[in-house]
Amino acid sequence: MKKILCLLLAMTMTFGCLTACGSKDTSDPADNGAATGSSESIEGAFKLGAVGPLTGDAAIYGQAVVNGAQIAVDEINASDSTVKFELNKQDDEADGEKSKNAYNNLMDWGMQILVGPTTSGAATAVAAQVYSDRTFMITPSGSSPDVIDGKDNVFQVCFSDPNQGTGAADYIAENMADAKIAIIYRNDDAYSQGIRDTFVEEAEAKGLEVVTEGTFTADTATDFTVQLTDAQSKGADLLFLPIYYQPASIILNQANAMGYAPTFFGVDGMDGILTLENFDTSLAEGVMLLTPFSADATDDLTKNFVAKYQEAYGEIPNQFAADAYDAVYVVKAAIEAAGCTADMSAADICEALVAAMPTLTYNGLTGQNMTWQATGEVSKAPMAVVIKDGVYTLPN
Amino acid sequence: MKINLRNKRTRTDFLTYAGVIIVFVVMSILQNQGAISRSLSGQLVPICAYVTMAISLNLTVGILGELSLGHAGFMSVGAFSGIIAAMSLQSAIPSDPVRLAVSMVLGAFFAAIAGFLVGTPVLRLRGDYLAIVTLAFGEIIKELVNCLLVGYDENGLHMMFNLNGQKTVSDLGLTENGIEIIKGAQGATSTTTIATFTAGFILVMVTLIVVLNLIRSRSGRAIMALRDNRIAAESVGINITKYKLMAFVTSAALAGAAGALYGLNMASLQATKFNFNTSILVLVFVVLGGLGNIWGSIIAATLLTVLPEMLRSFAEFRMLVYAIVLILVMLATNNPTMKLFFERIRTRFFKKPAKEVRGK
Amino acid sequence: MEFLSYLISGISLGSVYAIIALGYTMVYGIAKMLNFAHGDVIMVGGYISFCATTYLGLPAVVSILLAMAVCTVLGIVIEGLAYKPLRAAPSLAVLITAIGVSYLLQNSALLIWGAAAKSYTPIISGTLQLFGGKLSIQYISILTVIVCLVIMAGLTLFTSKSKMGKAMRACSEDKGAAQLMGINVNQTISVTFAIGSALAAVAGVLLCSYSPSLMPTTGSMPGIKAFTAAVFGGIGSIPGAFLGGILLGVIEALAKAYISMQLANAIVFAVLIVVLLVKPTGLLGKKVMEKV
Repeated sequence: MKKILCLLLAMTMTFGCLTACGSKDTSDPADNGAATGSSESIEGAFKLGAVGPLTGDAAIYGQAVVNGAQIAVDEINASDSTVKFELNKQDDEADGEKSKNAYNNLMDWGMQILVGPTTSGAATAVAAQVYSDRTFMITPSGSSPDVIDGKDNVFQVCFSDPNQGTGAADYIAENMADAKIAIIYRNDDAYSQGIRDTFVEEAEAKGLEVVTEGTFTADTATDFTVQLTDAQSKGADLLFLPIYYQPASIILNQANAMGYAPTFFGVDGMDGILTLENFDTSLAEGVMLLTPFSADATDDLTKNFVAKYQEAYGEIPNQFAADAYDAVYVVKAAIEAAGCTADMSAADICEALVAAMPTLTYNGLTGQNMTWQATGEVSKAPMAVVIKDGVYTLPN
Repeated sequence: MKINLRNKRTRTDFLTYAGVIIVFVVMSILQNQGAISRSLSGQLVPICAYVTMAISLNLTVGILGELSLGHAGFMSVGAFSGIIAAMSLQSAIPSDPVRLAVSMVLGAFFAAIAGFLVGTPVLRLRGDYLAIVTLAFGEIIKELVNCLLVGYDENGLHMMFNLNGQKTVSDLGLTENGIEIIKGAQGATSTTTIATFTAGFILVMVTLIVVLNLIRSRSGRAIMALRDNRIAAESVGINITKYKLMAFVTSAALAGAAGALYGLNMASLQATKFNFNTSILVLVFVVLGGLGNIWGSIIAATLLTVLPEMLRSFAEFRMLVYAIVLILVMLATNNPTMKLFFERIRTRFFKKPAKEVRGK
Repeated sequence: MEFLSYLISGISLGSVYAIIALGYTMVYGIAKMLNFAHGDVIMVGGYISFCATTYLGLPAVVSILLAMAVCTVLGIVIEGLAYKPLRAAPSLAVLITAIGVSYLLQNSALLIWGAAAKSYTPIISGTLQLFGGKLSIQYISILTVIVCLVIMAGLTLFTSKSKMGKAMRACSEDKGAAQLMGINVNQTISVTFAIGSALAAVAGVLLCSYSPSLMPTTGSMPGIKAFTAAVFGGIGSIPGAFLGGILLGVIEALAKAYISMQLANAIVFAVLIVVLLVKPTGLLGKKVMEKV
């Protein structure tokens, strides 16, 4: 077995060289930055880090986040703004441990502001570290209240999960009060479970009737016929789906094959279903969802963003990309409001930005007049849309 | 020959202890001086946990010779019981290191119980059937923890199983100052991180002492006899169930302690972390380090934990490179020409006769 | 009536597991290795078929043949490059290599096809309505069961009647003795991989038709489930894989419907453990006599 040791030692030496470059060059960020996939170094630029799953199961969300952030950074750097950014994107595989590693790696690089992590679990793990390190963190999409809970320097761009749950229940109570509701959610996922919990609570308070609930896990996400049969047999005419669009597309397909056609009601995770390659959009006809972002919106900001995103990455952006894009602009606005400069330390920038955040009002892709509480929670109005002829339209 | 071999083994064992101590001292000094990158120092505790996992799995796979694909399940049991202990004993034991130690012991204890419960009926299966049952056990633990709701307040510990999906943590009926420890799928999200590198080092040392002494003892020889030839071992009166269970439960307990250390290093931890992939990851450490080779497990676990971080410069090709490295290492270490090559180097430089071939 | 619907869901899902399990069991029976990359070959099959129908506009049947061809080649290449050099190595080394291959395939797919899920168009759609619409069976489920039965019958015939099949059984019994009898063991194992991978392509198409969403990780969980199914039925046994797959699907569906959706997977695995404790070699597994 010594041979293995020899081999491993050889490997250590080879990769030791790599890390040596990685760790020694903290004083020379331009060099290291080029190696870790950041944009070109700019004199006097703020060092921005983006973290999300770029590989593995949740890669689609992380890639959207770093791509959205990249577009915003490129735009800002090309503009005549005095605030410039240098972006470094790191993979965390949606795992808390890897996410902390990615964060530490970015800190070695000299990161001053963190945009990320993308997923709630990873964001919560990193937020605790960020809080003790005093680094400013704004997560585009880590929507669990645990992410910001008790940490003054952590902010969210997306709706928090409870917000979405109550928002959806309120909307249903107002518009479809006598619906018989069935819920299908993913019970090993913090996002899905979080929304379901507050939805059920609010639905009870509003006197809505939830006839049945179905669950699934990552391991059983290929077949929903049992849950659908159950909902159908209990006479549910509204199916609430607080899940991401990928399993939702399977549910739509299988419900259609069963000949079961309730009203489907999703939340922001449902956004993206129309961009699913080769998806038969007629299946999504009539699906309602609460979303902060619509790629079909006709305002200039959205049109510009969608066009640039499509040009750069060849696909239509989803809300994760839009949240990240907004996050970068929010950071820029906060920096301008606080009057920070790029030579300040991460901790000083953090204190200045924490003070500036509650004073901001921001109009972005994912909401008008977005404001932040000191707790880190965003307040913006959710928008209910219904899919008609393959596009989002406002319900009448 | 026997005595000679034993001496050599004793020497190897002491070299192993010394190596681990030296690495710990060097790393601690460097860390105090701020000479190592944050990226590396952030990984020290997980590395200790993975090293312990690898050594303990080596006990099952390398020494006992039974393939286990559910080792992460024991880590999960240890992690969540450790977190519950640490969070609920906050007022009872204010000192962090003591509480960490207590939590790790409790984590080990509960994992050992799980190991006993799984091991008793299951160890009579063999080979791939045992592997699939341990895999099944890992999946079952994952699902159970996903349904677990735990909170703590001045009235004590509140625990509930969310079997039908209708319950939430608010059903626990916690009082004002209660803390929600585990919230089902959201996992443990408010853990105070008290794990330290020193604790990790102590855990690795304890693991080494336990495992090496077990291997070198009478029981250890009985366990290895079972691995090498079960029927022959049985015929000379070795109690199969007893020794199998001894190795299996020890292995589970150590994994539980590693889990507690790992869990108390993460502010947010979900049951899905300890899935099939984590079990496989640890198995890769063991196989790459060499079956039955404790030294190898330590080095392989360390290197393979650090490797993906070092590959960050490959950006999106990172995991692809990792996969290729994995395959190439397996091919290279099992290639007859390479084997001969290493053998020659070894005899030239160390001038020792070829040693026995381990594993099956 | 609901019970029947649940049962049918279970059988449909089970037949998808069964078809994957057949590939697993073939390879295990002859090469005695757990090919953890099998699930990812399924994913590749799904993507190839997807590309053929969506980008090239080919008809479904052609896309299946194309997927089978690509996967067969892929299987032979993987076997030749990664597994063949390890013929003499310990079985765990091969297991780890298979895991490496699985990572490799997943990450290659991520780079080639991107992380975004793709929606697969089922090869046949539509539903058979019975009892005035009270009971509906998807045509794809019926097709899967039929394909599964055909493959099982084909494989049984092949292994018992053809020359190559007999060589396979000989290899499975004793590689050394087979070699002495003039059987080319290496070639036989390669052929086994080729057949297993072609089956994986068919499984990929059926899996994606049943659950029409394709991602680089699509194959991994069904792969593990099918592996469980193969063990359930007795690994190495062809009818066992079929039986194991169907039972697994039915238990999963009924557990979801009547016991607990939260713990459906845990229940499946618990049943598996109980079955293995009672019959340690699976339902239809052969009892191997141990020699000293």
